[in-house]
Amino acid sequence: MRLGRRRVRPRAVLLAIGIAGLASLLGAALRALPPSGSGASAYGDLLVARSVPERRAQDVVAAVNFDYRGFDTIGEEFILFAAVVGVLTILRRRDDEEDVTARDEDASAARAPPPTSGAVRVLGAGLAGATVCFGLYMATHGQVSPGGGFQGGVVLATAPLATYLAMEVSVFEKIAPRWLIALGEGAGAAGFVALGFLGLLAGRAFLENVLPLGEAGDVLSSGTILAANVAVALEVAAGLVLLLAAFLAEALHRRLRRGAR
Amino acid sequence: MTTLLSHLPWAVAAWLLACGLYGVATSRNLVHLVVCLSVLQSSTYLVLLGVGWRTGATAPVVVAGAPPSAGPVADPIVQALMLTDVVVGATVTALLLALAVQVHERAGTLDPERLRRLRG
Repeated sequence: MRLGRRRVRPRAVLLAIGIAGLASLLGAALRALPPSGSGASAYGDLLVARSVPERRAQDVVAAVNFDYRGFDTIGEEFILFAAVVGVLTILRRRDDEEDVTARDEDASAARAPPPTSGAVRVLGAGLAGATVCFGLYMATHGQVSPGGGFQGGVVLATAPLATYLAMEVSVFEKIAPRWLIALGEGAGAAGFVALGFLGLLAGRAFLENVLPLGEAGDVLSSGTILAANVAVALEVAAGLVLLLAAFLAEALHRRLRRGAR
Repeated sequence: MTTLLSHLPWAVAAWLLACGLYGVATSRNLVHLVVCLSVLQSSTYLVLLGVGWRTGATAPVVVAGAPPSAGPVADPIVQALMLTDVVVGATVTALLLALAVQVHERAGTLDPERLRRLRG
């Protein structure tokens, strides 16, 4: 115990020095910042004034993300894509590890996992339908009101999660088979880039808004902003379900090893 | 008093940053460490929103056909940046948690103090 504390002490001193240094620099920087409430840039005001006349997009944040700053959002989308690929790589089962899960073990021993309670089943089934509707609404109305593909995609991904919580893993795998979700992940990521090439095909710039703009306030408006939102929603929802499936498989594997010990 | 209130977002951001940093540096559990990192990162959300905020501002949503609002509007650019920030935060959390799972698999512990040796 004493030895352990002595080993930690130099690091604690180093931490204290670092935090003190950071705090003094932060304090100086914060004093120099303009007071909150006076902010907003000239660019922000410009975009608020021009988003509806130029793009028919009522939600200026969506217009910035999916049009004026659309190229950055492609990068952001691929950060998510790379992270999903990273998690799937880190959590992959190696070939020498036997590919049994607790579920296979249960099946071979002719026993079933404990049933979910009725209340949880009803709540989960009810939530699944509601979240699908709300997620689709959010993903397709980003140009009209606050929301958009990222938010809608996250809400959509909670539907399989609610189903898993209410039922068994087999139901989760039936409604969200791995190959289909992986396909959606790739299609969503590629769809946004394809929209960029649409601009080039029309003889304009990459990602330029070349689709018909429609009327501001309509769901079918703002040209590529709506299409990009749908592509991002697909990518985000599929990515999150893939993450969920990877962590779930890991948990099932562990339950078996704990049981074996 | 007004100076205090107008600098409140910056002060809270600094506080969150310090809390998160202390947690990351002293954590004895890798999952706890990842949560501390999320706390640390949430300070950046506050700074971004504070930068774009104007006293009495409305959200940057323009309703076509309605009379233009007379008051100030919050800056949409920093709000769009914050969305990127949230996405990056979520992906980093997912990656780090996957690494924590692997660490536990290989070393049998989540305590960084007990991860002394590098194993190839």
